[in-house]
Amino acid sequence: MTKTTIPVHLDINGRHHDLQLEPRVTLLDALRDRLGLTGTKKGCDHGQCGACTVHVDGERVLACLTLAAQVEGRTITTIEGLAREGEMHPVQAAFLEQDAFQCGYCTPGQIMSAVACIREGHAGSDDEIREYMAGNLCRCGAYPHIVAAIRQAALEVQS
Amino acid sequence: MTLELSLNQQPAHARQGSSIGQPLTRRDGFLKVTGAARYAADNHPPGMLYAVLAVSSIARGRVASLDVEAAKAHKGVVEVMTPQNRPALAADPDAKDHPFMFRLDLLQNDQVRYPNQSIAVVIAETLEAATEGAALLSPRYEVLPARVGLDGAESFVPRGVGVGGPAVQHKGDVEAGLKSAKTRIEATYETPAQYHNAMEPHAIVVAWDGDTLSIDTPSQGLAMAQGRIAGLFGIAPENVHIRSPFLGGGFGSKGMISGPQILGILAARLVGRPVKLVLRREQMYGPVGHRAPTRQTLRMGMDGEGRLTALDHHAKTTSSTFDDFFEPAADASHTLYASPAIATSHDAVRLDTGTPLFMRAPGEATGSIALESAIDEAAYACGMDPLEFRLRNYAEVEPMTGKPFSSKALRECYRQAAETFGWASRPLQPRLMRDADGFLTGWGMGTATFPAIMFQAEARAVLKADGSGVMETGAQDMGQGAWTAFAQIAADGLGLDIDQVDFRAGSSDLPNAGIAGGSGHTATAGMAIHNAGAAVIARLADLATGDEASPLYGAGNEGVLARGGRLYRRDDESRGESYAEILTRAGLTEIEGHGKGAPDPASQENYAKHAHGAVFAEVKVDPDFGQIRVTRLVGAFAAGRVINPRLVRSQYYGGMIWGVSFALHEEAITDRRSGRIQNANLAEYHVPVNADVPSVEALLVHEDDPHVNALGIKGVGEIGITGTAGAVANAVWHATGVRPRRFPIRIEDLLG
Repeated sequence: MTKTTIPVHLDINGRHHDLQLEPRVTLLDALRDRLGLTGTKKGCDHGQCGACTVHVDGERVLACLTLAAQVEGRTITTIEGLAREGEMHPVQAAFLEQDAFQCGYCTPGQIMSAVACIREGHAGSDDEIREYMAGNLCRCGAYPHIVAAIRQAALEVQS
Repeated sequence: MTLELSLNQQPAHARQGSSIGQPLTRRDGFLKVTGAARYAADNHPPGMLYAVLAVSSIARGRVASLDVEAAKAHKGVVEVMTPQNRPALAADPDAKDHPFMFRLDLLQNDQVRYPNQSIAVVIAETLEAATEGAALLSPRYEVLPARVGLDGAESFVPRGVGVGGPAVQHKGDVEAGLKSAKTRIEATYETPAQYHNAMEPHAIVVAWDGDTLSIDTPSQGLAMAQGRIAGLFGIAPENVHIRSPFLGGGFGSKGMISGPQILGILAARLVGRPVKLVLRREQMYGPVGHRAPTRQTLRMGMDGEGRLTALDHHAKTTSSTFDDFFEPAADASHTLYASPAIATSHDAVRLDTGTPLFMRAPGEATGSIALESAIDEAAYACGMDPLEFRLRNYAEVEPMTGKPFSSKALRECYRQAAETFGWASRPLQPRLMRDADGFLTGWGMGTATFPAIMFQAEARAVLKADGSGVMETGAQDMGQGAWTAFAQIAADGLGLDIDQVDFRAGSSDLPNAGIAGGSGHTATAGMAIHNAGAAVIARLADLATGDEASPLYGAGNEGVLARGGRLYRRDDESRGESYAEILTRAGLTEIEGHGKGAPDPASQENYAKHAHGAVFAEVKVDPDFGQIRVTRLVGAFAAGRVINPRLVRSQYYGGMIWGVSFALHEEAITDRRSGRIQNANLAEYHVPVNADVPSVEALLVHEDDPHVNALGIKGVGEIGITGTAGAVANAVWHATGVRPRRFPIRIEDLLG
């Protein structure tokens, strides 16, 4: 495989990883299959569902539409990197409290999107939250509770 | 020895310190919000290879050639599985021993009978190599014309619909009822094919060890999957170990093990290494079931006071060419509205599609949107308010059978939801309300109902000398909250604090918990847990009451209460002792008890058992462009005992959002020429996004049901979709004056 692979250096959740990857490997598959970071989910592999949302340099990015080699040298955060020293991020805690998920499969993507949504300043009203969270599908229909959780977390993060 | 323990007869809610009824947060919640919850595809055993399906791009014909050499020549590809080298099976995948055994496509030949049918499996060292290998197969076909659409083939009357109910039923004389009516309506509605589209694609990770199988795969019915796999491979069921701690959604599509999952097992056998096979999203539009389309015609007659004189509901639906599942849409008319004459009937056509399957409220959802629309039309024809019309035709006994309801708090649902919504100020005529921005505003309602079903389940309970307990049942959590609700029932069944109970589920080596479907899992496995708890407490009480050293000596089993890890004398609660003391003195490290959950035959015979609800919807429609937005939804539901209101509310919300989706969003579109699904992806197959979902409210209406089961549980997973879909459709009519007759409602239908 050596001839068809390239070295890729990734900074994920504060850890440095040196990988040898084919150029066609997506960030999502690198996370899940090479690094064992399976919290990030694959729902469609086409950028249509948002389940694979991660942060690259603090911005939300669809890991299935991003090649691993594209994000070399940039700071990547996944759902596994959100909690600090075992303490849930306020968005994680709010999702738990508001029951903002059911099956939980879209949840890592929802939470990563929600953290960015608040940081972007797009959690000012329920309507704004709905609009800026519209890229993350939830088939269980947890949307009303997702909005409630983001509203709650936004107040906490901002105060 | 069978002991009648009073614990088992006393309503659980009457006990103090009960876990049942508490709005606990999900016990698996921390795992889910931190990404630590391990779904099937997150597993990666050592030496694992990746398998990718190649699927047919035609609807009907045969595979003439596959370029296996090109695929194998791709770097990293290990093997290509085709009908030529697929390992032998012990059973014919086309055999059907019982109605719930669905025929599978397991590369048994070169025939193609629907689009996206598996035609080969490529196995490789990496996912990328397997994916590319599958593309390199470049299949060539001999193509036959595809049979498409509700008029695409000759229709027939199926032998059974749904779970095998009669396709044609009636009571009274419908034609006479229609003839004698003062007012009549007749209307035909069409509903589309829909695909479950759980967020988690079907996935399987398999490792063979000789003739034993270790499997991670999402399953709504572990024991059934275990039995099916064992039968196909000719091995003992206990040699098949399936883990399914979390399903990333199921909605019926993971009720039966599907063909692609079995192909993963075959691939692992072929290469002699562990294999992971995950469906691509577009591959979920075929082999894992769907909700069949329907065309439903309703005829109703009403007397001068708006009472139904006749109700006739006919549904036409589709199945595959090779298997039977018929959406029992017309059966929705059996339970809701009183009428002296009711007739329901079905016919069907066989098309070149994958076999339809149960999809959240199968029959109830499709039937409900048509019935609730027709009821709305009937009310208007009689010049009556739709709520008043429904109350006028309120069924005091189940209309089709004449059986009394085990409980029915529907009047209270209507009252609470209407009041919260503000229904009283609704004008009767359509197109009279506008909001401040000039949008046409409409209010509609629908009645929700779903049967209270129970299957069979078993559970095992253990009490330990340290005072803690264990409860085991192979229950499946697909998001409804089984990990939490069952732990609550277990805690009460064992008379322990929930933190003292180790609840184990989600694995096929535990007692059979039955299927997580039909909204019956909580009732069925819940009763097994409850009874297992009672059995082990009875054993404990036996030890204590027969032991002279115990303060409970001589109290008799009937005279004992279990609570907070202690047994008490019922007649003197100052006398009691802890479980730990009883077991330690008896020199036992643990004792166990077993319990079953099953419907009670007597109550089955004597009562009609259904959950009910009422849903009110507000929509706003752009008068120029026809764009529809749902702006408010209020539902009130009565479904017996609520184990955990926090989780139940989530179930209702989810169902109601599915109702919005049914009315306004989802539809699989088949290309009439090729028979392929044109929108087999999550961008073009529309499911609601957050911005599509308005303010939603779900009211939990109190309902005690002494007949459904000892815990009084009905079920909440599916009822939300019923009622809601019709309420949205009726609100669209009220806003625009245009009656939606096909779903999802399209802008062009409103602009007509």
